[in-house]
Amino acid sequence: MEILTILIPVSLLLGGAGLAAFFWALKRGQFDDPEGNAQRILRTDYDDKPKG
Amino acid sequence: MADGAFVADAEPEDAPLPPPFPTGGRGAAPSAAGPADPWTAPAASACPACAVAPLALAQGQAAADPGRMVFSLPGVHCAACIQTLEPGLERLSGVRSARVNLSLRRVSVEADPGVTPGDLIAAIERLGYEAHELDAGLLSVTETDRQGRDLLMRMGVAFFAMMNVMLLSVAVWSGASDATRDTFHWISAAIALPTVVFAGQPFFRSAWASLRVWRLGMDVPISLAIILASSISLYETMHSGHHAYFDAAVMLTFFLLAGRYLDHRTRAAARSAAEELAALEVPRARVLRGDEEVEVPVAELAVGDLVRVRPGGRMPVDGVVTEGTSEVDRSLLTGESLPAFAGPGTPLAAGEVNLTGPLTLRVTAAGRDSSLHRMADLVAVAEAARTRYTSLADRAARAYSPIVHIVSFTAFGVWMWITGGDLRVAVNISAAVLIITCPCALGLAVPAVITSASGRLFRKGLLIKQGTALERLAEVDAVVFDKTGTLTMGAPQPTDLEAIPPRAFAVAAALASASAHPLAVSLAAAARTAGIRPAPVTDLREVPGMGVEGRLEGRRVRLGRAEWCGADPAPVTATYLCRGEGRAPLAIPFADRLRPGAEAVVAGLQAQGMRVILLSGDAAGPVADLAGRLGIADWQAGVLPGEKAARVEALRAEGAHVLMVGDGLNDTAALAAAQVAVSPASALEAARPASDIVLRGQDVAPIADALRIARQSVRRIRENFALSALYNVVAVPVALVGLATPLLAALAMSLSSITVSLNALRLR
Repeated sequence: MEILTILIPVSLLLGGAGLAAFFWALKRGQFDDPEGNAQRILRTDYDDKPKG
Repeated sequence: MADGAFVADAEPEDAPLPPPFPTGGRGAAPSAAGPADPWTAPAASACPACAVAPLALAQGQAAADPGRMVFSLPGVHCAACIQTLEPGLERLSGVRSARVNLSLRRVSVEADPGVTPGDLIAAIERLGYEAHELDAGLLSVTETDRQGRDLLMRMGVAFFAMMNVMLLSVAVWSGASDATRDTFHWISAAIALPTVVFAGQPFFRSAWASLRVWRLGMDVPISLAIILASSISLYETMHSGHHAYFDAAVMLTFFLLAGRYLDHRTRAAARSAAEELAALEVPRARVLRGDEEVEVPVAELAVGDLVRVRPGGRMPVDGVVTEGTSEVDRSLLTGESLPAFAGPGTPLAAGEVNLTGPLTLRVTAAGRDSSLHRMADLVAVAEAARTRYTSLADRAARAYSPIVHIVSFTAFGVWMWITGGDLRVAVNISAAVLIITCPCALGLAVPAVITSASGRLFRKGLLIKQGTALERLAEVDAVVFDKTGTLTMGAPQPTDLEAIPPRAFAVAAALASASAHPLAVSLAAAARTAGIRPAPVTDLREVPGMGVEGRLEGRRVRLGRAEWCGADPAPVTATYLCRGEGRAPLAIPFADRLRPGAEAVVAGLQAQGMRVILLSGDAAGPVADLAGRLGIADWQAGVLPGEKAARVEALRAEGAHVLMVGDGLNDTAALAAAQVAVSPASALEAARPASDIVLRGQDVAPIADALRIARQSVRRIRENFALSALYNVVAVPVALVGLATPLLAALAMSLSSITVSLNALRLR
């Protein structure tokens, strides 16, 4: 059962990291245009090389 | 609450003013602000007391960046559009960046100060898309949707807490005991309590707001359940109790926030649509100051000013012609499809379109003094009447909160009596009842369906401005249509081209190409498609208010009004060609083109068993023709605006639920009087705020679908209520006898929320 003293903080930490990532994405406006984002992956612009 | 606030806004001032109706614009600032209010007001909330914060009302502070321009793009829909538009705009000199927002159908462009909106609109049109400038200042509210982000953030926190607490709870349910269980409960408390304090705030705030005015809103039992669950669990944890409801408290918060967020999203979309429409026209007028012609906002015009209106322009104010002759198109105001003559002394109303010659107007009524205010009042009255409509959610909440409180307090009293005053047991059971009554399913029942339905309608080109519009639409059994601009495009097209002799047609084509009059433009276009080569007419000259004349082989030829050609005017819209030499003038009749989908919508509505009625301000000829073509038996022509409204009222008095579809100022009163109103986006500004649903595109066919979807979504909402009631019927007795466990509460809560959401998604 001693393993719990490691596992519980680890699980909280991972969850917290996810939450922080969510906050970051929200602040950066990543959820402002869901439909556009869904369509943008279909563009062929950067198929050969990523945007430089 | 909300309805009262809005009526107070629309100051009932200066009623006795003459008929002319103004268009909006800067002059419409009062109207744009007025009718916009009910959409920002929390009228469509899922429950009466769910006034979760004053919905973004205070967010107008974000100032517009001067280099940033926003355009509405009704036509963008796909990845290819983004790929064409963004690089296409960025290639222009002076444009720093362009970003398409597909969800809102907008593009925002960052450009150097030298770039004008006109250049960009032209550029976008060259790329093949329709674009309208939007007033960036008015839009700033939706761009920074703080309220929505705030809810989303709270939802994120609640989700994180829910998942972690659930992990620990599962361990407890599967048999952790003694010190392990207590430790897990303490860790859960450490996660859940701050979460509840942070994420539950919207509920606590609105519960407090409704308690202060002595009301029991839906949020009161919700807040009570969350607070009781947390505090009891804390108490039990301190005393090493077996049951802690931390997971229930957090889960409740999460599911309810999800419902609240969906509700907010629908309303935000409606609000942004409303703002978009208000921001569409950026009206200015050209005023003669001394010898100079200056451009001023319509709001700054005063009575007595002289205003110049160019051909193709719309009258910005009510006024009397002092100089110039022309023809005016009154179709938006009266529904007449024939242009009327205007010369010195003719009174003109704002909203009429000048067709042929430049006119100078002396302003007789402008801004607040004009009948604009009467229009705003009228719309305000209609809005107030509609916000009084009690939605299903309101009714459910009204039934729900007293029952829950009574049941929970009775349980408390009864268990106090049974156990002989054991407070701990009694409080535990009454809290279990509150938690298990599952307001989360109830909180999701309406928003989930409305979100699903309005998303579906948005894709079909319909924007819902009011949350209760769907419910009101579902009851509709009679549909009243306007003709000009609603069932027809409002753009005339020549009929009977075969009847025109080719030589005459060639002459007419040559003359028509010299004018910007809509009949002439349409005739010239028809000639081009028919492959007619224009005759070599020389000395072409447009006579304002009359027509075009020129010379052909030494003879004078004319195309224009009947009187000018010496012809007897026909009862239909027509232009007349006279070629001199004793040849009789030739009438070229025009008919309005049907709006796409007009036939389908009428047929569809009749198939649904609706009563379809056509009321038009136009002459009997064209109306009868249209009614015959569409198969509408019940029609009336030459109807005045007041009569339209009276007819709608009469229908409602007979017990019919009327849907009014119209676009002109002559329809505004009828739109306001009807149970639900739909108008095309091309409608005048005064008509749009009076309507609950706006058609984005040209096609009217989606109206029939909208009715079907509305009925279906009301059915889904009822089913959802039945589902959540069913869960309560099963779970509440269990809780009342004291057998409820946190596991049961979690099961009931998540199962009912998920079934309700899935049921909403069944909408087709």
